[in-house]
Amino acid sequence: MDNSYLIETKDLVKTYRMGEHIIMALNKVNLNFRKGEFAGLVGPSGSGKTTLLNIVGSLDSPTEGSAVVMGKKVEELTHKQAAALRNLNIGFIFQTFNLLPVYTVFENVEFPLLLHDLSPEERKKMTMDALEWVGLADRAKSKPAQLSGGQSQRVAVARAVVKKPSIILADEPTANLDAENSHNILQTMEQLNKTLGTTFIFATHDEKVIRYLRRKITLIDGKVTKDEPMTPQRATGAES
Amino acid sequence: MIIPKLALRNILGAGIRTWLNVIVLSFAFVTIIWTQGLYQGMSRQSVRATVDAEYGGGQYWQENYDPLDPLSLEDGHSKIPESLDTLMQNDQATAILVIQGTIYPNGRIQPILIKGIDPKQKILSIPFAALDNEEIELPALIGTRMARSTGLKVGDEITLRWRDVHGTFDARDVQIVQIINTTVPTIDQGQIWVPLEKIQDLVQMPDEASLVIIQKELKIFPEVSGWTFKSQYFLLSDIRELVQSKSAGASILYFILILLAMLAIFDTQVLSIFRRRKEMGTLMSLGMTRLKIIQLFTLEGALHGVLAAIVAALYGIPLLALFAKKGWALPISSDSWGFAFGEKIFPVYSAGLVLGTTALVLIITTIVSFLPTRKIAKLKPTDALRGRMS
Repeated sequence: MDNSYLIETKDLVKTYRMGEHIIMALNKVNLNFRKGEFAGLVGPSGSGKTTLLNIVGSLDSPTEGSAVVMGKKVEELTHKQAAALRNLNIGFIFQTFNLLPVYTVFENVEFPLLLHDLSPEERKKMTMDALEWVGLADRAKSKPAQLSGGQSQRVAVARAVVKKPSIILADEPTANLDAENSHNILQTMEQLNKTLGTTFIFATHDEKVIRYLRRKITLIDGKVTKDEPMTPQRATGAES
Repeated sequence: MIIPKLALRNILGAGIRTWLNVIVLSFAFVTIIWTQGLYQGMSRQSVRATVDAEYGGGQYWQENYDPLDPLSLEDGHSKIPESLDTLMQNDQATAILVIQGTIYPNGRIQPILIKGIDPKQKILSIPFAALDNEEIELPALIGTRMARSTGLKVGDEITLRWRDVHGTFDARDVQIVQIINTTVPTIDQGQIWVPLEKIQDLVQMPDEASLVIIQKELKIFPEVSGWTFKSQYFLLSDIRELVQSKSAGASILYFILILLAMLAIFDTQVLSIFRRRKEMGTLMSLGMTRLKIIQLFTLEGALHGVLAAIVAALYGIPLLALFAKKGWALPISSDSWGFAFGEKIFPVYSAGLVLGTTALVLIITTIVSFLPTRKIAKLKPTDALRGRMS
């Protein structure tokens, strides 16, 4: 496998058993991602987008084939090694934000840093930097319940980028947002991609997201049917 | 240190659910310490009163003397040995002669124990000095319980009958010179106290006794031929057993209390793990290991115990201190239990009791908190993120 790739999948297969049926979620997927990509997995529901993100994010393991992330074979990782890989190198953004409700915005963003050996001062600086990037420094003391959907997702983005991971995996990040908030969040992520050089991989079927992508990978029935470079066609405000 | 910090943050963030559990558990804390303190106080009071009024530092029993066998009293006496007599001369011991007798209060016949004691003795705390009365042929002292059951008052004369050393019946009128109020029923009920020398003369048992009570401060008890030494520990065994049995009975109450508190915590934990699967998935995606998540959730549950201890201390310390100062009034019926409790029990809360109870509750809380978290060990991150249990 090529060391220049951050992520490399080879003949990746994932099957699930549902009763007596075996569902093939991924069918011999071969994909590579380099540092700094802003790519999207596009396809209808059930096409295997989230499954692929989960395997790349070491939350799941393949049934067959191989997925190498940051030089580590996901299928060979122990639970502890997989947790370390996620903690050090991967940030997640979810459709439903997944903020911890009893924590403040600051504490939510600070959380991934608590698992690192950092001083409170370092943690505070990094957390406030991340909140500055997403424009929510003034809401640091708010609880998630006090935020709008767009603000909540920006907190989730700040939490994903706070430890400056190499890869951010975003699963339908705009599905619960209106058009304006979707564009704001995408612009923020695009900016972070450029500033920090972080690789962003989206799983989406949202046209608004697709317009920002520089690479679009189409998945249908667990197979990659198209993998094409894109020229971003950003919309502004709530026009789309 | 991060797990305790997060656990504390989580349970404080859970609000009313946490505080309800904490309050129930704190009730268990305070109740256990209060009831056990009560039994410790009961034990200590009873032991002190009984030692002061009856047992002293231990007793030498004439070899045939058995207080539980009235038929043995006839033979349960002999001359006081020289070694014990020396102790008596030095005010380090006092002798008691116990014989069976009968009184006839209000026309009724009532078997009693006649106990002869030196009115000037300094070993027992009972004021026997009233028996030191040369103007009355045979002065007698009784306790309030005996007075109540016989209807006798100070100044009353009553016929006392006994059998002397030869088995011959003899009788005299005795005059009640004092009625003592004692918390120790075993020196009161069914007994009448008279001067030792007078009764020795009347029953023709000069210098004889059934038992010799030793001063509390004495620590060495030499062997005396024909007499058996009964230690304070042996003599107090009935009290110990009674307190233990009462304490065991009370433990049912706090077992139920702890069970309720633990059920609440177990329920909260199960509910937490069920409701917070998505949160667990998020924690896993952020890089937390399953072991750390198990530790976090277990500690969250266990912290209920710590918070309960703090809350219990906040209201329990003043409350228990008040009880310790004011005492707890016993019902009149407690007088019939046969042990010296007094009118009030003053609870005693030892460091061992408080620390032991705290440790017990914390250990049980931790175990109860841990049990449901074992499910997390099987949880797949992807299932957790979807809100499913694996």
